[in-house]
Parts: sequence; structure tokens; C-alpha cells
Amino acid sequence: MNIPRLEATRLKVNLTFDELIEARKRLGREPNEVELGMIDVMWSEHCSYKSSRRLLQKLPKSGKRVIVGPGYDSGVVDIGDGDVIAFKIESHNHPSAIEPYNGAATGIGGIIRDILCMNCRPIGLLDSLRFGSLDSGHSRWLFNNVVRGIADYGNCTGIPTVSGEIEFDESFETNCIVNVACIGQGRAETLTLGRMDNPGDIIVLVGGATGRDGVHGVTFASRVITEESELDRPAVQIGDPFTKKLVIEATLEALRTGKVTAVKDLGGGGLTCALSEMSSKGGTGVQVDLEKIHVREEGMSPYELLLSESQERILFTVAPEGEEVFKILRKWGLAYSVIGKVTASGRIVAKFRGEVVVDIPSELLTNSPIPRRIARRPKTTREKRAKAQSMSDLSQALCNLLSMPNIACKEYVYRQYDHEVGVRTILKPGDADAAVLRVIGADKAVAVKVDCNSSYCFLDPYNGHALAVAEAARNVVATGAVPIAMTDCCNFGNPEKPEVYWQFKEAIDGMGYMLRGLNIPCVGGNVSFYNEDERTGRAVKPSTAIVMLGLIERLNLVTSMALKRAGESIVLIGKTFRELGGSQYSRLTGNQHSNPPRAVASRERSSIRAVIEAIRGGYVTAAHDCSEGGLAVALAEMAIKGNLGLTVDLGAIPHKASMKPDEVLFSESSARFILTTTEEHAGKLLSLVRGRGVAAAKIGEVSTLDFKVVTENETLICCPIERLRNAWQTAIPELVKVN
Amino acid sequence: MKTAVVRFPGSNCDLDVFHVLKDVLKLEADLVWHRDFAGEEYDSVVLPGGFSYGDYLRAGTIAAHSPAMEQVRVMAKEGKPVIGICNGFQILIESGLLPGALLRNECLAFVCKWVKVRVETSDTVFTRAIQKGAVLDMPIAHAEGRYVNDPEGLKELDENGQVVFRYVNNQSVPSEDSNPNGSMDCVAGICNEDRNVVGLMPHPERASEPILSPFSNSDGLRILAALRG
Repeated sequence: MNIPRLEATRLKVNLTFDELIEARKRLGREPNEVELGMIDVMWSEHCSYKSSRRLLQKLPKSGKRVIVGPGYDSGVVDIGDGDVIAFKIESHNHPSAIEPYNGAATGIGGIIRDILCMNCRPIGLLDSLRFGSLDSGHSRWLFNNVVRGIADYGNCTGIPTVSGEIEFDESFETNCIVNVACIGQGRAETLTLGRMDNPGDIIVLVGGATGRDGVHGVTFASRVITEESELDRPAVQIGDPFTKKLVIEATLEALRTGKVTAVKDLGGGGLTCALSEMSSKGGTGVQVDLEKIHVREEGMSPYELLLSESQERILFTVAPEGEEVFKILRKWGLAYSVIGKVTASGRIVAKFRGEVVVDIPSELLTNSPIPRRIARRPKTTREKRAKAQSMSDLSQALCNLLSMPNIACKEYVYRQYDHEVGVRTILKPGDADAAVLRVIGADKAVAVKVDCNSSYCFLDPYNGHALAVAEAARNVVATGAVPIAMTDCCNFGNPEKPEVYWQFKEAIDGMGYMLRGLNIPCVGGNVSFYNEDERTGRAVKPSTAIVMLGLIERLNLVTSMALKRAGESIVLIGKTFRELGGSQYSRLTGNQHSNPPRAVASRERSSIRAVIEAIRGGYVTAAHDCSEGGLAVALAEMAIKGNLGLTVDLGAIPHKASMKPDEVLFSESSARFILTTTEEHAGKLLSLVRGRGVAAAKIGEVSTLDFKVVTENETLICCPIERLRNAWQTAIPELVKVN
Repeated sequence: MKTAVVRFPGSNCDLDVFHVLKDVLKLEADLVWHRDFAGEEYDSVVLPGGFSYGDYLRAGTIAAHSPAMEQVRVMAKEGKPVIGICNGFQILIESGLLPGALLRNECLAFVCKWVKVRVETSDTVFTRAIQKGAVLDMPIAHAEGRYVNDPEGLKELDENGQVVFRYVNNQSVPSEDSNPNGSMDCVAGICNEDRNVVGLMPHPERASEPILSPFSNSDGLRILAALRG
């Protein structure tokens, strides 16, 4: 039998037996140690997307605004007048679970480079974070250090952190989720793609020196977390945001010369990944001399040089007469080394001390075999449903909900982020459902938000992921935007387990269903598997962070959530059903509600279109999407933000007569918005929305008094705004204070 | 009047200040790389915020020892307007052009929020068009902005009218709850004895267009407009 002589190598590889056979077959000989390490990294889940590639093909990718779709460093969409937005999200879960400060920081470093590669200036960062309960000391440690890592790194680079989401759930106790997104702005005519098209171009490694840090980071990210994971701490890279800032400015300046033909991020998989992906995309090859690389440590082997994941490095290809590029790099004080050139061979050829140490086809590295994965629906044990308990004091119930960490004010976090630098942030963290960034010099803006609800995704991955897409879309719509494109970051357990793979398959189908229904293209994505704790065998709740991009066509359409004036009418768009499964209210009361909100694309589409038209018509003074905590929480947030009271009549809320008041107020039915409007426009607004076949009702009025929900003959909730604000604002600072 | 916005490695509010000077105030201004900076070519200079040299060693200290700051020193002596914002303020302090020190915020964390500052004197080149006692809305964004000085130094500053801005509450009074970083006497900005060098922690360039302000004003522009001369 032809077993590759693996025993003979000192290296531990993660390749399976079948993959080893395949690698040998394709190469036509035994790979040497270095080549084997390269194949191991490039065929890892992290680099190859081997478990997800086929399924991801099912997402809709085309649209009239799409300029660059999936497959490149980031997706790029057209926002008119030649302006483009590049955006991308990536996970840094595994490093953050082991070393939260540097893990989160280097996550930002990586995503910034992905935007830079397209010749776009990074203008905003967003974070989607999931932790265990803040009652746990370990989770508080992860939470505080991840936030500090993001703050220290992001603030220094001069890119504002404009929005995000944080969820707390026991399933993330060991494996926290750290997904970081970046958006950038550029011009259509000067976009670059990370591919080597021209043999003869010079290959230049720019920025940080190469050291031994992060060797095999990606293979570590393609395993479950075990007790030994602590030993993987050296696989976590260390960030240097100052050098990153220099890399950003120098790269943008160098690209302006027109002599830089392509730029590629050096992230997971290091030089191996950048060289093979760039050459494979361009149908070219490379010849590099590893001794030319500027290093920070003595005696590095070819294996280490090719696989190091040292941070703050970026790869340029430069046209042969590109001396001015080097001048710019020197001006910014950046180290660089000319390491080789692009060839027409289709092979990665690397020399070290005069000897060829690697000679392998690019395409072999970038096109991993696809393993067979089996999807099996997990057996669900049907829990006997206890009769739902209602809370009798609904004022207290509302305050309790507002102080639940998933709902409570996240100011403790976003205070630590510079969200103003760049002078683009019109709607700031906490002002609205999404961040709004203006396009300087134009009468337009973009809205961006990242969102997911892992409880829904866990209960029903198809439905939950469809809801995540819908909510992210509603979030940008509520600011006055039209959703134009999305990108996603999937976080799942071990795909080799049929139950996990089933979740993933359902998730993709659910996202695809809602994206097609809303006519929104997916322009890229990232998949993180193996978010699993070996000790407990427990995977995280499946969760896919959806980054939604919206375009606000005129600045006067920008809408925030704060109530504006007493006397204005409050209008609810959409129907409220008894849908409390996975809700924050059921978490609060401990009830096992069985019905999570149902995702219905046609309903979402009609609500969204109606709200876009109402805002365009100039009828809307404030808008907010209804989600976690339901109608009552959404109203409370609007009241707190506007420092105004309101009176809402429960009877005016369209719902089934059999629903109890708490069910009406805290149900998390999807496809709903709350709008406010002046008395003058209320009639027009209602007829516009109803004319689109969408339920709409005037449910109350803004006041200068308390927050009140009443029925014909009783007062269900009566709270001073200060009491609501106190519950909402103090919860997280109180929880993190405990040590 | 021609203004230089000096760009150090790690500056990150340089483009923002430049945008306000060029696009909002329509001033003649250059974005100047620190190595290329010649003070004699300019009538005034802005040291923008950011993390010059990564704030390694101590915020602003490496930039303070750069040749560009020798040029700034000469300009200050010549009586030309010099303003340092955030990291620029830290650089002015570290270079000795302004007295005192800026230490880590009392809460030990970076703080980004909109604050109210009261103009304590109209007798500086940057506040002469603003009435004493006026309250301005501007954002801060820093980790090291706690102004400290020894008791005599602080008293002297106060007596000389060199305290230019103080953090105040909604009643326009300096108070503990209006103080975002633990600065002594709620000091947010100061000037030199000649009143042509001003440093402040809040960012006027981020409050120079109503669309960026939660209060829909352009309070910061009132300070930067002084660069019109």
C-alpha cells in the first residue's frame, strides 16, 4: 500500500489520510516537509472553506450594484457617482478565546487589510461579539479584554468603531465569538484586485518583520478548543496598530502612483496563502527567494518563513519600473523586501540558500479536495411545555427586560471606541438601529449594521438565519436607507458532526431564502467552524453575523430612533403574533415558549418597502425596528433616547383577542417597525402603508409625562422615564464591576 | 493666511482638520509631512489628534522631540497662532510649549463622548471672537487627557487667565459629573503666556458641521475660524 511516509516527518499535520493521498497524487511525488506544511495550511478549513464552499454557492450573488462579489478580499458595491463601498467581516474566535486582548486586536488588523487590498480607505469598523453570561468570571475576563483589544487597536488606526452587537448566552462560555467587520470607501475606476496578472511584476513584502509568531494559526483555528489549547497561545499573533496605521497610509499613497498592480493581505496562512491565492487567481506563478524576507528572528527555516502569521504585513506586486513606490514606503518608515517576481509557470517556486525548497502548483494549494460531509437533523426531545407563567407587574417586567445584558445599554462598550474620527459618523452608536456614515462632499450616506440572534438560530437554523437577514435589513431601513448588499460571518461547531453540518446547511438555505425575498445580494463571507469545547462536547449556538449595507439617497432622509416631540403619533407597522419562543421575555420568566417568530420574506419585503416610502415621503420623525424584548422594549428605547414619555393603547395594537397583554407587549414577531409622525402626516402615513397591504395602526402618542401602556379600563405599565433609563443604563456597568 | 496641518506618523485626525479648513472654512491650508515642514512658509499651524509614533513611551513625547517641533517653537515665538488638538495638545505639553501634564484618564479607559466646555477667556488668538462664558458642544476621544499641574502652577494659570476651556455640566458649571477624565479644576484646554498657543482635548474639527453634532450646531468651527486671521 502506498502510504505517504508521514511517520518519517517530524511535523504534525492535520491533513486526513485521504487528503495526503490526494496531495501526493496531484503533485506526482512525495511532498517535502515545507510543501507538506503549506498544503496542510491551505487545505485547512480556515483557508480552503472545504466544508462550506459548495453550500455557499447557493446564496444569491448578483445585483446591479455588485462590482466585486465573493472570492476576493472584500465585496464591493456601487453607491452611485463612481463611489464604491468595500466591506467584509471575519471571525477571530479561536485566538480571542485563548488570548482575548491580542486575539480581538489582530482580528481588526486583518479585516482592515482586506479593505485596503481593494484600494479603498477603511472608514468604519463594526464588531459582533458573543460571550457567556456576565455572571461568570471567565466571561467577564473575555468580555473586558476583547473590548479593550478592539478599542486600543481600532482607536490607534484612526478608523472609527461605529456599530456592533453583543449577545450573552451560556453556550459561548468557552468559545466566545469575535467577528469584526470593516467598511471602506473608494472609487470604481481605481479598484484593485488581489491577483497576480502580469508575469514580470516584482513581489514586495511590506510592513512588519517576519517572526515565528502565529506559525500554524489557521490549523489551530480549524480545531476544537481543548484543555491543551492554552499551549496554542503562541499561535496567537501580536498586533501593532501604529505600524498598521503606517501600512494603511503608505499603501493608499503607493496605490495612487498606479505602479502597484495588486495588494494582498497577509493573514491566515501567511505568505503561503497570499502567494498561492494571488497567483492562482491570475493564472500565474511566483519565484521567490526566502532569504530576502526581512525577519525579526535569527535562523528561521523556510517552513517558518512561509507559514508565519506575523502581523502588519502586506504583499504588493509592483510594475518593474516602480521606484516611486519604494520611495513612498521609505517616507513612511516602513520596512520592505523585494522577495521575487511573478512568473508564467503556474507554480510557487521558493529558494532558500540557493536551493529550491518548494516547487508546487499554485492551484494545488488553493483548490483543496472537498470532503464528504453528512447532514443529519438532531433528535429533539420534545420538552413538556409547562403552562406559561405571566408576570403580573408589567412595569417591573419591562424594567427587568431593559436590564437584561442582551437588551441593556452598551454604552460601557462603545464609550471606549473612537466612533467620531473621520468626521463621517452622522448617527452614532446608540442613536439608531444602524450606524450612518456620510459620504464627504456628497448628499448621500451609507447605513451599516451587524446582527444575529443565536437563540432563534439554535431553535431553528433555517428560520433563525432568515430572521437575522431580515432584522439586519430592517435596521438599516429604520435609518432611512435602502438595503443594497450584505456579507456574513458563520460561526458553527465541528462540521464533521452531522448535526452541526445540518445546522450549517439549514442556515445557508434560510439566509438564501430571505436574501432572495428581499432581493439583496451576498458579496462575500467568512466561515468559522470548530467553535466547540472538547471538555463538554458542546458547540456554540449556531450564529451567523449578518452585515447589512444600506444606501441613504439624500441626507435629509436620515432618521434616528429618539422620540422627537410631545403630541406626535406613534404608529406600529406589521402584525404582532404570539411568538415568544427564544424571546428575551421567555428567558426572563423561564418559560418554555415553543413558537419563535416566523420568518416570512413577503411580509418583511412589504413592511420594508412601506417604511422606505414613508421616510422618502417625509412623514417619519423617528423609526425603530421591533426585535429583542418586543414592542414594549422598542418603545422604551425610543422614549429613553428622546427623554420623552408616551401613552400607548394596548387595544389599538393589532393582535388576536386570545393573546394576553404580556404576550402582546413582549412577543418578538418579525417584520415590525415603530414610527412616529406629526399629527398632520399621520393620516397620510397610515394610508400609504395600508395601501401597500401592510398592517399599520396608530397605537398612541408621545407625551412629556411617564411611559404608559393602558387598556380601556386599566393601566398596565406606568413608569417614569428615569426608572426605565436607570434599569437600561446601569445593568452592564454593575455586572462588570463584580470581580 | 496659510495654515499648515502637520502630519506625524500615527496622526489620525489630520485629514479631518484639513477637510474643515479647506472645505468648510475655505482656507488656504496644506497637509504637511513632518519632515517637510518649514514654519516660515506658514502663518499658523495645527497639530492634529491621533497617536503620533503610536503614543509609545508616552503620548506625544516622541513627536515633541522631532525637528518639526523646533519649527513650531519658532512660530510660537513669532506670535503665530498654534493650536494642538488632543494628541496635538499632548505634543505641545511634552515639548514644553504649554505647562502641566496630561495623564491617563481617571477611569483608566479610553473615553469617546460629547462634552460641554465653557470658554474661560476671550483673550487668546483662538477665542477672541467667542464671548467669555459661552458653552460649546464638542466630542472628546482620548485615554490620556487628565490635565494635572502642581498647586502653584495651577493657581498661576488661573490667575493669568491661561485656562481657556473647562468641562461643564448642563447648568454651565464645572462639576465632578461634567469632568470626563478627572482633570484638575475641570481643565479642558489652556494657552501659553503670549496667548497664541492653545491646546485642548476636545475635537473642534469633529464639531464643525451641524450634521455631525447631536445638537445640530457647529461650535467647533468658532475656534478653528480664528485661523482665517
